Amino acid sequence: MSNGCPNLTVDLGGLVLKNPVMPASGTFGYGEEYAPFLDLNRLGAVVTKGLSLKPKAGNPTPRIAETISGMLNAIGLQNVGVDDFIKFKLPFLREFTTPVIVNFFGNTLEEYGEVAARLSDIPEVTAVELNISCPNVKKGGIVFGTDPKAAHEAVSTVRKQLNKHLMVKLTPNVTDITVIARAVEEAGADSISCINTITGMAVDIKTRRPRLANRTGGLSGPAIRPVALRMVHQVVQAVKIPVIGVGGIVRPMDALEFLIVGAKAVQVGTANFVDPASMITIIEGIEQFLLEEGLSDINQLIGSLEL
Amino acid sequence: MKNYKTIILSNQEISPGYYRMRLLTPGFSETARPGQFLMMRVQQSLPPLLRRPFGIFRTGFLPADCEGMPPKEYTEILYKVVGRGTNIMADLHRGDKVEVLGPLGRGFDVGDPSEEKILVGGGIGLVPLYMLAESLASRCKVRLLMGGRTRDDILAVTEFERLGVETYVSTDDGSLGEEGLVTRVLERKLDKYPRSSVYACGPMPMLEAVYRICHRRQVPLQVSLEALMACGVGACLGCVVKGVGHTEDAPRYLCTCKQGPVFRAEQLDWSRLGEEPGYCEGCKS
Repeated sequence: MSNGCPNLTVDLGGLVLKNPVMPASGTFGYGEEYAPFLDLNRLGAVVTKGLSLKPKAGNPTPRIAETISGMLNAIGLQNVGVDDFIKFKLPFLREFTTPVIVNFFGNTLEEYGEVAARLSDIPEVTAVELNISCPNVKKGGIVFGTDPKAAHEAVSTVRKQLNKHLMVKLTPNVTDITVIARAVEEAGADSISCINTITGMAVDIKTRRPRLANRTGGLSGPAIRPVALRMVHQVVQAVKIPVIGVGGIVRPMDALEFLIVGAKAVQVGTANFVDPASMITIIEGIEQFLLEEGLSDINQLIGSLEL
Repeated sequence: MKNYKTIILSNQEISPGYYRMRLLTPGFSETARPGQFLMMRVQQSLPPLLRRPFGIFRTGFLPADCEGMPPKEYTEILYKVVGRGTNIMADLHRGDKVEVLGPLGRGFDVGDPSEEKILVGGGIGLVPLYMLAESLASRCKVRLLMGGRTRDDILAVTEFERLGVETYVSTDDGSLGEEGLVTRVLERKLDKYPRSSVYACGPMPMLEAVYRICHRRQVPLQVSLEALMACGVGACLGCVVKGVGHTEDAPRYLCTCKQGPVFRAEQLDWSRLGEEPGYCEGCKS
C-alpha cells in the first residue's frame, strides 16, 4: 500500500491492468461515444464493439426492449469492419494510456483467423476478445460457443494467427459452461470472459407480436447477475487461466461479488447505458471497500470465497 | 453534453395526461440546439432500468430573486404519460433529484432565413419545434400547424403565438380548431405558400403523410423521429432507422440518437418506415 491507497493492479496472465474494471463489448461503442462522460484513462481497459472481417449491418428494428431489471437486445453485431476500425476508430484510442481490447467474431473459421491476423499486427491493440457467444446472429457467434469441439477449433485457429493476449468470451446458453471453458483453455486461450447475454423473449400483449424483430434477443442487466455469478464461480473452479466476470454489474458491490468468487477482473455492460460514469463509481467503490476491510491489495480479495 | 445530477424546479399537468417539467440545468442552454434531446434517469432504483429520451422544449433563465441569488438556468420538457417511466415522472415534485444526459443528437438545420417555414406538430411531437420557432421567428415568417386527436392533445400553442408564429389547430374530432387531419391543413398552406420549407415531428403515420405531400410538391422537409434507445450516444445501436437505398443485401441503417433525431426527408427510406412498429408516440415511455 502506498499513500494509503490499496493496490488495484491485476495480472490476467501477462495482461496487466491498473484496475480490474472494463466495459463489456457492445456497450461502449468504440470508446469515443463515452469519452465526453468519463476519463478513459481511469479504466482498467477499453473493450470495443465486436468486429467482423467486413462491415456488418445488423438486424432489423426494433432491436431493443426493456424488461424487468434488464434489457433484451438483438442488434446483430452491427459494426464498421476490422479495416475501418483500424483506420478510423483506433486512432482516437491511441490518445489514451489504457490498454485496448478488441472484440471480434467470424462467420467461418477462416474469417476468425483472418480478423485475428489483421489485429495481430496492430501494436495499439493490446489484447483481443474472441466472441464465440453472440446469440443474435445465425452464422458464427454462438454456433462456435455451444459445442466444445467447434469452440476448440475456433480458438485454435485464432491462436495460430495471433501474437497477443487472447481472451475468449463464453455464452451462458449451454448446459454445462465448464465443458466449453476447458475446451477453450486447452485450445490456447489466455483468459476467459463470461457470461455473454442469456437468450430471452418479450411479447407486446396488445399487438401479440414479439417486441424484437428478431423474435428473441440477449438479456442483460441486473436481471442476469445471479446466473452470471454462478457460472463465473463454476468456470473459476474448472480452469487455471484467469476469468473475467460479466453480467449485470451495476454497483461496486456487484463487482466485488464476482471478484470474491474468483474473477480477476470484471466487465460492465448495460450499466453504461444507465449511467455513463458507472465504471468510475465501481472502481472507487472497490477501492473504498478494500480500505474499509483493511486490505492493501485487491488480489487478497480475489477468490476469497468461503464455502 | 454531460450528465447532470440535478433537481426538478416544477412538474405540472398542462392537459389531461400531458406534463411540463422544468429542470435546473446550468450551462445547458449554451450548447442545446433546436431539435436536440436529453435522456432522463427517472429514478435511482429499479425498475425502470433504462433512461427515457425526451425532446427539449425550451431552455431559459429564471430571473435573479430579491435575495440576490443568481439567475437559474433551466430546461423544459413536455411529456405524455404512456408507460412505467412517464408514470413515475408524473409523481415527481419540485426539489426531487433526477439525472439528465444531454443535449444529445443532431438538431434541425434552420436553413435559408429568406424562406418561409411551416412547422407541423402532431400531439407531443410539438416539443422539439418550439426552440426551432424561437430561433426562426425573428428572421422569417413561421407558421405552426398543430394536430391532435382531441383538444387535450393540443399543447402550448399560445407560447408559439407569443413568438409571433401564426398558428393553425386541427383535431380529429373537431373539439378544437378545424376538424380533420393536420396534413389537410398542410396541403392548403402549401397551396398558398408553395416556397415554404417544412419541419415536422409527430406519430409515424403523420410523418409519412407529410413526407408524401412535400415530396410531391418538391418542398424541403426535415423530420424529427422517435425511437427506442438504450444509450442515446451512439453506442448501443438500438435506435437505427433505414436510410435511403436500404436493401436486405445492402442494409443502410442510420442511428437516430447520433445521426438524428432530425433527418432531411431524402435521407430516409420512406417505403419501409411504416413497417417499423418501434415508431409511435408510446415509444417515449
